[in-house]
Amino acid sequence: MRITQGTFSFLPDLTDKQITAQLEYCLGKGWAVSIEYTDDPHPRNTYWDMYGNPMFDIRDAAAILLEINACRKTFPRHYIRVMAFDSTHGTESVVLSFIVQRPENEPGFRLIRTEKPGRTLRYSIESYAMQNNPAGSRY
Amino acid sequence: MSTADSTQITDQKKRYSAGVLKYAQMGYWDGDYEPKATDILALFRITPQDGVDAIEAAAAVAGESSTATWTVVWTDRLTACDMYRAKAYRVDPVPNTPGQYFCYVAYDLSLFEEGSITNVTASIIGNVFSFKPLKAARLEDMQFPVAYMKTFPGPPTGISVERERLDKFGRPLLGATTKPKLGLSGRNYGRVVYEGLKGGLDFMKDDENINSQPFMHWRDRFLFVMDAVNKASAETGEVKGSYLNVTAGTMEEMYRRSQFAKELGSVIVMIDLVVGYTAIQSMSHWCRQNDMILHLHRAGHGTYTRQKNHGVSFRVIAKWMRMAGVDHIHAGTAVGKLEGDPMTVQGYYNICRDTHTKVDLPRGIFFDQDWGALRKVMPVASGGIHAGQMHQLIDLFGDDVVLQFGGGTIGHPDGIQAGATANRVALEAMVLARNEGRDIKNEGLDVLRDAAKWCSPLRAALDTWGDISFNYTATDTSDFAPTVSVS
Repeated sequence: MRITQGTFSFLPDLTDKQITAQLEYCLGKGWAVSIEYTDDPHPRNTYWDMYGNPMFDIRDAAAILLEINACRKTFPRHYIRVMAFDSTHGTESVVLSFIVQRPENEPGFRLIRTEKPGRTLRYSIESYAMQNNPAGSRY
Repeated sequence: MSTADSTQITDQKKRYSAGVLKYAQMGYWDGDYEPKATDILALFRITPQDGVDAIEAAAAVAGESSTATWTVVWTDRLTACDMYRAKAYRVDPVPNTPGQYFCYVAYDLSLFEEGSITNVTASIIGNVFSFKPLKAARLEDMQFPVAYMKTFPGPPTGISVERERLDKFGRPLLGATTKPKLGLSGRNYGRVVYEGLKGGLDFMKDDENINSQPFMHWRDRFLFVMDAVNKASAETGEVKGSYLNVTAGTMEEMYRRSQFAKELGSVIVMIDLVVGYTAIQSMSHWCRQNDMILHLHRAGHGTYTRQKNHGVSFRVIAKWMRMAGVDHIHAGTAVGKLEGDPMTVQGYYNICRDTHTKVDLPRGIFFDQDWGALRKVMPVASGGIHAGQMHQLIDLFGDDVVLQFGGGTIGHPDGIQAGATANRVALEAMVLARNEGRDIKNEGLDVLRDAAKWCSPLRAALDTWGDISFNYTATDTSDFAPTVSVS
């Protein structure tokens, strides 16, 4: 399967040139760009690990791409996403988030159904990659 | 503009002697009045009966929507009646429309109960629209002081928090209404939901008239739909949702249905505008207490929003609903099958999403509105739109909108999943291109055709619907600018 979180996951993986164009769009809007990585891509796992703080003061797309590549080198089999933050009053949140690296093999998730009274079910989702595998040895 | 007939009678004995006076003479017109920062303002478009003076008609509107009755009553003198009387303070002829006038009315804040849209509407649109001296009246816009705005909790979730809960940023959300809107069994209904979500949509949606009919009781629908939602979530790694319509005959039943939706893990519930303003505010409170996104379908609004000379503009409904506290509201498509001039529709969107709305006559906005940090409402574009219009939709509405392609998903020649995928690919390709600096308004079709080269579902969608447009003249347009039509 292909995890389709992020703004552009239905498109072919972005090239570095395409990523740079998106970074330039973010910088042009005055947003701060951040890099995050994880080997736990559960849809409710909000807090991927930060590859450094959001780069509030770096206003150069090429410099951010260097950081992305450094992150890729350190975590070659992790998911890596680029996020942009808008501090404007009334937004003050993430305004773009797209995946720039994913593992070659994505085994996906198991849906666990727990039967409850009546015909109701309780659902939970579990990553196949995570089962019995500690962080760092999942992909 | 004042004449003898439109001047307030200041001699108290004359003013309150039994009998009938003109509304202006009773004090409901004051051409020199300067609205206070705490006043609530309303703008009405009025069409006086032949022979009725525009100022007297405006004064009558102010009177009938505040303290007046048809005759003088001495009991006014027991009250601070000068303060309680609404004041019509400005009357302008509508450009290029003989017989119609824009009339501005100011209301003192103490005329209204805090935190009650029902109370606002009982005054502002309570009696006055049936008033015989007017052929027609339409409430065009309102301005609320921040002092009053802050008595409303507003949307329980709001755009930023909704996106954080859904983990979806930087693009419009995608939805579809399950079709056919009536008749599917719960099992078959859930099939459509699963296919749409697995194919790439963020949301599926119950239609406005899906409640609990003989062919599908509500509990069955909720159970099957939530299995579809969770299965699609596991297969894509994304948070998914389906607007479960909890609209019912009583509040008790709506709470019961909402509670069940919550127990099953739904992120969102839905109500129809026809449940009424009090019920909407009650549901908003419930959603705030239960971490639930509240979707509002504007069922019924066309009966009073569409005709320009009579009723209530949708921009006022949108304003009221942001105060009442909904997270989603259907606000038009401009390019789809339902009524809506593009700039007028953009005006509705701005009301939903601005932190401070500015006067914008070409978009039909007559007043500034400081929203006092009230959360933003996500507008929903739904009705007769398809992937081939993606560039127009993103150009008109930007990112903070739910684009709902019902027929445009479910009617896809290769199936529902293919329809959903076509829409998602078209959306992501267009956002990517826009961010890269492409002029999507003019080059949008090229962007779609390029994506269709590698995405066969999008190719099939463009082959099927590429030429479909609904290019009719809108009835509800601005009086202040030439209107553009989108083909």
